[in-house]
Amino acid sequence: MTTELATARSATTPAATPSVMRHAQKYALVGVWALVIIVFGVLRPDSFLTGANFSTIFGSQAVLAVLALALLLPLAVGEYDLSVAGVLGLSLILTHFLTAEAGWPLWAAVVTALASGVAIGVINALLIVAVGVESLVVTLGIGFMLVGVGYAVTPATVVGTSGALSAAMRTQVAGLPLVFFYGLAIVLLLAYVFSRTPLGTYMFFVGENRSVARLSGIRVNAIRAGALIACSSLSAIAGVFLAGQLGSSSPTVAQDYLLPAFAAVFLGATTITPGRFNPWGTFIAVYFLITGITGLQMMGLVDWVSQVFYGASLAVAVTLSRIAGAKSSRD
Amino acid sequence: MSTGGAHTEELLVASGWSKTFGPRRVLSDVALTIERGEIHGLVGQNGSGKSTFIKVLSGFHNPDDGARLQVRGADVDLPLHPGRPHELGIAFVHQDLGLIESATVLENMRVGQFETGPLWNVSWAQERTKVRTLLAGFGLDVSPDALVSTLSQAERALLAIARALDQVDHVENAILVLDEPTPHLSREAAEVLLTRVREIAAKGAGVLLVTHSLSEILSLTDRVTVLRDGALVDTAVTAQLTEDKLIELIVGFSLDNLYPDKAESAGDVLMQARGLEGKGAAPFSMDLRRGEIVGLTGLLGSGWERIPYLLFGATPCAGGELTVKDQHFDARTLTPGAAIRSGLALIPSNRPVDGAVASASVIENLTLTTLRKYFTKGFLRKKHQLGEVREQLDVFDVRPRDPQAGMGTLSGGNQQKVLLAKWFRTEPDILLLHEPTQGVDIGARTQIFEHIRAAAVDGTSIVIASGEHEDLAALCDRVLVFCDGVVTAEIAGAELTAGRLSEQSLRTHRTAAAS
Repeated sequence: MTTELATARSATTPAATPSVMRHAQKYALVGVWALVIIVFGVLRPDSFLTGANFSTIFGSQAVLAVLALALLLPLAVGEYDLSVAGVLGLSLILTHFLTAEAGWPLWAAVVTALASGVAIGVINALLIVAVGVESLVVTLGIGFMLVGVGYAVTPATVVGTSGALSAAMRTQVAGLPLVFFYGLAIVLLLAYVFSRTPLGTYMFFVGENRSVARLSGIRVNAIRAGALIACSSLSAIAGVFLAGQLGSSSPTVAQDYLLPAFAAVFLGATTITPGRFNPWGTFIAVYFLITGITGLQMMGLVDWVSQVFYGASLAVAVTLSRIAGAKSSRD
Repeated sequence: MSTGGAHTEELLVASGWSKTFGPRRVLSDVALTIERGEIHGLVGQNGSGKSTFIKVLSGFHNPDDGARLQVRGADVDLPLHPGRPHELGIAFVHQDLGLIESATVLENMRVGQFETGPLWNVSWAQERTKVRTLLAGFGLDVSPDALVSTLSQAERALLAIARALDQVDHVENAILVLDEPTPHLSREAAEVLLTRVREIAAKGAGVLLVTHSLSEILSLTDRVTVLRDGALVDTAVTAQLTEDKLIELIVGFSLDNLYPDKAESAGDVLMQARGLEGKGAAPFSMDLRRGEIVGLTGLLGSGWERIPYLLFGATPCAGGELTVKDQHFDARTLTPGAAIRSGLALIPSNRPVDGAVASASVIENLTLTTLRKYFTKGFLRKKHQLGEVREQLDVFDVRPRDPQAGMGTLSGGNQQKVLLAKWFRTEPDILLLHEPTQGVDIGARTQIFEHIRAAAVDGTSIVIASGEHEDLAALCDRVLVFCDGVVTAEIAGAELTAGRLSEQSLRTHRTAAAS
């Protein structure tokens, strides 16, 4: 009996350990997030653990969540897109300017804003996929060019937004603003694409090794171009969402979204499916990061904390995934 | 005491060199001498110990006890630490040349030893003059400011040699080791290069030339050392050798002059390639019959390696036509996707680069080409996928039987079995393989062979490009042997042995033209 048990244990242990490790790694970030909520909840029970606070957190970060999900697409296929914040800003400015100052109907302004996103995506794709320029450089240039274009549209701050658009974003359902549910819908859609369709697997292989993907008959360039165009389009959608949330806008508002979006996508790659850029990981990381920042600010730390927190998280996330990657390849 | 180097005729004397890796003795009691002004050839088949010998000489491997080395008459302690060959005036030029293409000739020549002024500023004018003089000494007419990427292959090889010699100009008579410097050169370019090497030797250097090309050995060297299975066969004076005699020394048996019968036609013709042209391969044509296993081989760089990729549309063709069953392709516009749809499959040799994604799981790698099958009514049917993959892992005996295991955690042999399973899932009519047993252990090798044979019996046609002559002899119905991008022989039937393939690969003139 005892020997049988011993053999059984020695047979199961090696298999069991990795799967326990796998699960621990998968949900580590969620655990840390819960811990952060508990710690701040204990330290600042009156301000942190309130419905109003959570409503603010979920509502205010929905735009960042959509932008991070947009950025997830090119990163998953191995391309950088630094123009996401530029596209977001231009879409925001166009929506505000065309409705408040040019007097266009809301639908026309929104269509124009979204079209600008699609167009920029097409330009990015042409330069990166068709011509073969480094995505990092192309999108850095395009992104800052778009800030300038924003100034050209309107150098001054635009005040006033469409009431209908505002209502579509801010109306509360179950204690949360509608815009949060739009973000949720997008993450569900992407999660479906990533793990329930062949396209998700194709994207992963394109990101990991283009040669293997191409020799397996995958249309590598179509997938790269598609990811870049979808990314710019989603960023423009995020811009329209932001236009509904903000009462006024200026061309520089959007640049503050770039670093948090990168931090979220890279941090997201350490959870849910560790080692891979993934929609749920990204979504969770957005809210984990803002929870930490909100808590720290309530503890009396001032505004600079958010940049430090986002910047450090990006560096830590990349370092963690490198270490995890090195470990798994050594096994 | 005499310092004596200049008077000694023997620049380098190696004796008693052995090297053992675990139970395998890859080099056993090899001796070799290089004299002043001599070009000394070192030849042998793959696995004969040539590379090991060079790696001991460069300080990369430690030799077994008992190895001795004299350089210019003085005893040298072994093993050599990595900087020691340089101190001793031994310069190496390897096949990849080690040049940075986007840098200039001058930068490539001098980086690391720039002459600097008082503010650590590089004295560019001085450097330019120095490099110009050096290059002129080699008859190399290129500007010091030219980018290496604009140089021809022969110029690059010469530049690498010039640099290697420049780095050992602190000794009087350098020893230059050329490790396969010519496989990617055209015949003419190789001749230019080798003429210069002759001049270098005439000035007093000793040259050790490692090459597969017997014509180079015969036309250029003074003496030649032949290794076989890690042991010294002979060191012979080249002038007393013929090509046949040299081949006999290398492969280890005497030659007969039988020529092969053409393989009997088996099934109907499944694929016709006509005039496929790509980089490094002259127009190539072949017919492939149903259920046939055809091998492609030759010396490294003679063109056979590229054929599977050309047939699959993986590397661009400059011209040619391909007919698969009744489908007709212009080879210039063939893509891997189209090739797969018309029934081709390719398992490339470089697994980590072209074959498998180590960070993906076994199940993802295995079903990459057949994923659509499991996508019904808007969802990937993961249970269905998992069940079929489990079956495949059983059929191909992949260990561990864990579909979720990371591909990178599997051994080379098991990865290769996963790739075989992946491509057999597409039910190919034609399976193209490049070095199918590279990095694969013996057990897996046997299993892979069985799957290939079984597929052929079921009517799949198979093309294997490989330098492993044993493998080809064991598997193939016929083998095409390449030389300089052209098929120079077709070997089949009783004639198809590993030895015959090795011998034919070494021959540099055409003995029997195929097709």
